[in-house]
Amino acid sequence: MKAPTNAPQTSPKRLSQGAFAWLLIAPAMLFIATIVAWPLAETLRLSFTDTRIGPNFAYVGLENYQDLADSRKFKQTVWRTFYWMFLSVGLKLVLGLIGATLLNAAIPGRALFRILVLPPWVIPIAIGMIGWLWLYNGAFGLLSGVMQYVGIVDKSFEFLAYKQSAFYSAVVADVWVGVPMVTLFFLAAMQGVSRDLYEAAWVDGASRWYRFRRITIPQIMPVIVSMSLLSAIFTFNSFEIIWILTEGGPRSATTTMIIDSYKTAFSSRKFGEGAARTIVIVCLLGIFSVAYIWLLNKVSKHYGTK
Amino acid sequence: MMDRYSIWQIIGIYAAMAAFLIFLLLPFFEMFMASLRPLEHLFRSPYQFWSDDFSFKAYQDMWNTVPLLGRYILNSIFISTAVTMITLIFVIPASYAYARLDFPFKNISLSIFLGVNMFTGAVLLIPLYRVMATMGILNTYWAMIVPGVAFLIPTGIWLLRSYLEKIPVELEEAAFVDGASRLYTLRRVVLPLALPGLIVVSIAVFIGAYAQQFLFAITFNQTREYQPLPAGLFEFIGYQSVTWNEMMAAALTGVLPVMVIFLFLQKYLIAGLTAGAVKE
Repeated sequence: MKAPTNAPQTSPKRLSQGAFAWLLIAPAMLFIATIVAWPLAETLRLSFTDTRIGPNFAYVGLENYQDLADSRKFKQTVWRTFYWMFLSVGLKLVLGLIGATLLNAAIPGRALFRILVLPPWVIPIAIGMIGWLWLYNGAFGLLSGVMQYVGIVDKSFEFLAYKQSAFYSAVVADVWVGVPMVTLFFLAAMQGVSRDLYEAAWVDGASRWYRFRRITIPQIMPVIVSMSLLSAIFTFNSFEIIWILTEGGPRSATTTMIIDSYKTAFSSRKFGEGAARTIVIVCLLGIFSVAYIWLLNKVSKHYGTK
Repeated sequence: MMDRYSIWQIIGIYAAMAAFLIFLLLPFFEMFMASLRPLEHLFRSPYQFWSDDFSFKAYQDMWNTVPLLGRYILNSIFISTAVTMITLIFVIPASYAYARLDFPFKNISLSIFLGVNMFTGAVLLIPLYRVMATMGILNTYWAMIVPGVAFLIPTGIWLLRSYLEKIPVELEEAAFVDGASRLYTLRRVVLPLALPGLIVVSIAVFIGAYAQQFLFAITFNQTREYQPLPAGLFEFIGYQSVTWNEMMAAALTGVLPVMVIFLFLQKYLIAGLTAGAVKE
């Protein structure tokens, strides 16, 4: 989608269009430069130092990066982060698609259902996590209680105490936070699909499933792709969810790259090493986004959206 | 008709909907149940679904346990509102420029803005802390507002730009022919027409600011009186005991005002948020 560029003719007395535009953008640009760009540059500088607490530090060149490259633990963290991201985003997309289809069905009560989807999204993430913390509690939580009652486990099960279960529990909580937004975007996209398409297919005797597969999905494909990029970035960066549930534990089972760099910097006070981890994250996200935007363009072209 | 479902399809849809909503609302239900149980029964094992001593006592006691609770709830709303208003001040002119004007480095600068979307505060906490210290705004409301604004400006530009693109350019041209200045046109012609879009962007920014104030609050602010609700809730974790039931009651009470607001605004939210994602 390109902006209309047939802007009005300006007389020479007025400010030129370019200058006026930059005047409008400058405040936002300056603000971002101060709060995001400068700290980012500072992080890059820190990453070449051995800064810890206190004023003394030395430039150590690429040593921090070399350490990361040699560290088996760090490689595990990277893989874990990508596994975390793909699993969580995949679930969000599938559930979002199902949820949007349900909310789009012409049934009584759907206005109410659409409201009931909102809460996980609009409340502070930290507060939702307090609820999950309690749900996952072995002795007093509902989940463990129900599992004992049904007989899946015979004594209380502490969800966040074991490596595997803690990881998947964190994934579920992350999916819970992300699903409402994905669902609503998909819903709106589905409502934007022309009814004529469905009617034509219906007249030809196409089944509901066929219509979903061959009309709905292709028509909303650009939104699916852009939502998956957005939620991939959110999920990759998601900090509060893991931090409140497990602080990265047990035994690093839920330590993603973000948690790792936060822990290195703030818990161990190794600011230099933490900064190097941050720069790696920034680079990975950058590569990832470029690949994704390329994909987005390809998909948009393929499905013929303007 | 095409939209008619068989009875089994309807049952299936409602069953699936119920499962979907149970998943999304379960933590709230659990928090509500926990808030009703007296503290000594909260830790009763084996698990009991129903206690016969349910009461709303925690909803009264919480105000005494954490005297600043009311303040925390208001702080949350105040911080998010301030973030929303300041973000709009930056976003409106910038998105107008991207929607309407042609200028050098247009695409590059827009990509830079959107690139900021890739970061969250968590990655930049260390240097951000120094920036805040240099500006002398640590332990003030500004320490939570300023980073909030910075990370929400890109989303705001992205959403508002697509709204402004849909406003017919002829209206502005008419104003120009009448000799109106650019700024006057922006203020008196474009903004009133963009009002629905502005509402949507405000809601989106508000949600972003409201949902994510915890990290900045615990890192950049030590002043108790300024803490937002998510950070303030951790005061229920006391020296001797954690009054979990009151914490749950406070959490639910604290988000209630915002939930009620969204109840009224949800129509705009659902219809509007998509403007950036759905192409026409």
